[in-house]
Amino acid sequence: MSAARRETLLWFAQRASAAVLALCVVVHLITIVYAVRGGLSAAEILGRAHGSGGWIAFYALFVLAVSVHAPIGLRAIAIEWLGWRGASRDWVVLAMAAALAIAGLRAAWAVFA
Amino acid sequence: MIDMKNDYRSRNHSGWWAFLVHRLSGLALALFLPLHFWALGQALHGEAALDGFLRWAERPPVKFAEWILVLLLAAHLGGGVRLLMLEFLPWREWHKTLLACAAAVAIAAGLAFALAL
Amino acid sequence: MKRADDRRFPHNTASRIPRSPMSTLEVHVWRGGASGEFRRYEVPRQEHQTVLDVVTFIQRRLDPGLAYRFACRVGMCGSCAMTVNGVARWTCRTHVSKVARNGGLEIAPLRNLPVIRDLVCDMREFFDKWARARGQFAPTKTRRDEFATVLPSSAARREADAAIECIGCAVCYSSCDVVAWNPNYLGPAALNRAWTLVNDVRDGARGERLEALAGDAGCHACHTHMSCTERCPKRLAPTASIAGLKRATLAAVLKGEL
Repeated sequence: MSAARRETLLWFAQRASAAVLALCVVVHLITIVYAVRGGLSAAEILGRAHGSGGWIAFYALFVLAVSVHAPIGLRAIAIEWLGWRGASRDWVVLAMAAALAIAGLRAAWAVFA
Repeated sequence: MIDMKNDYRSRNHSGWWAFLVHRLSGLALALFLPLHFWALGQALHGEAALDGFLRWAERPPVKFAEWILVLLLAAHLGGGVRLLMLEFLPWREWHKTLLACAAAVAIAAGLAFALAL
Repeated sequence: MKRADDRRFPHNTASRIPRSPMSTLEVHVWRGGASGEFRRYEVPRQEHQTVLDVVTFIQRRLDPGLAYRFACRVGMCGSCAMTVNGVARWTCRTHVSKVARNGGLEIAPLRNLPVIRDLVCDMREFFDKWARARGQFAPTKTRRDEFATVLPSSAARREADAAIECIGCAVCYSSCDVVAWNPNYLGPAALNRAWTLVNDVRDGARGERLEALAGDAGCHACHTHMSCTERCPKRLAPTASIAGLKRATLAAVLKGEL
């Protein structure tokens, strides 16, 4: 793949996942503010969440979008502020994306399944 | 030959501040996420494990940190929507207005969270 | 002793305004190359004085060894661009009264470019990047063909016209922090010029140009700091042009052209 194609696709993935995240984050912020009223407890959260198919799908999408979006952002910081040139940087970024996706999906499963 | 670099004097304009807030908030959120996923994953070990974490999170310094995170998330959201509009919509002289809207979103979210506590 | 240029540098330029006590400006000017120091000069303050007037006074009256660039001195050529109190400006169009801090000025060469000597920087990399971004028109017709018809009101031509007035002064390039952080970044001027050509319906090198400007350190490295747009003396918006390039490269990828 040419550098031009790769850079364009990375930029597009960043913006597309941003659009998805914009919706997810609005929902998430509203949920947080609603849930936090009167204090948080595990019983409360898990009581509402367990077995909820809609929510697990929502958070799975949220996790996947963030697993694309955050690493690409960190990649830009690595290039510009850490001066990290070369192929190793992109492999590390890819590993971060995988780690976030796995940890996030596990968390979604933990809360909603 | 070494090039001379810019300093704060050339950076003191709204577009630069918008960028800095957006980048630093994104970095903070990216560093927070693994902790967030770990904490929620505690539910796998049963309700008591998650409750233990939530009890710890009731402490004021932690609640304050949570409030900061909500602010950062809302700021990153507002700044991000501003960028999407600047990059995808026909160009207009509205980057400062959009920044004001982004700041308003962040403040509103911060207030809502603080009042809900 | 009367000097030949005393009439050109009188103590009070406006004879109708009552003479006020003469004040001086404290000016710190970069002397040297990559390493050097700011040297202090005292320059008589005038009623209507530009930073270029100050630099010229120093070189002609105080220190003939000072190296600096200028040409038209009326805000048309962009040669006199320098860093004034940390901000890149055209010195011939910058009034001292607007920028002087506590009666003082700090004058340095443009940032992000190697310093040759004093206030003169090496512009080669700036123009090399222009070429790397394929900022040259690629003709498709000869004199034997019909004239190309381009409606000024067409969408593409309006996009090009909004960005076409760039004279290559490097103020935007000097102001851009991505250039500082990523030395290969093509920079706002080169990308802005490429955008005008992407919108030129007569141009024949669209494919190669999009390939050239979308690579590592290409248009996608722009993070919309907008320092370029903030500082451009011609009031251009390279940020807008670069946003256009981001959309154009995406369209090309989605169509399988890139």
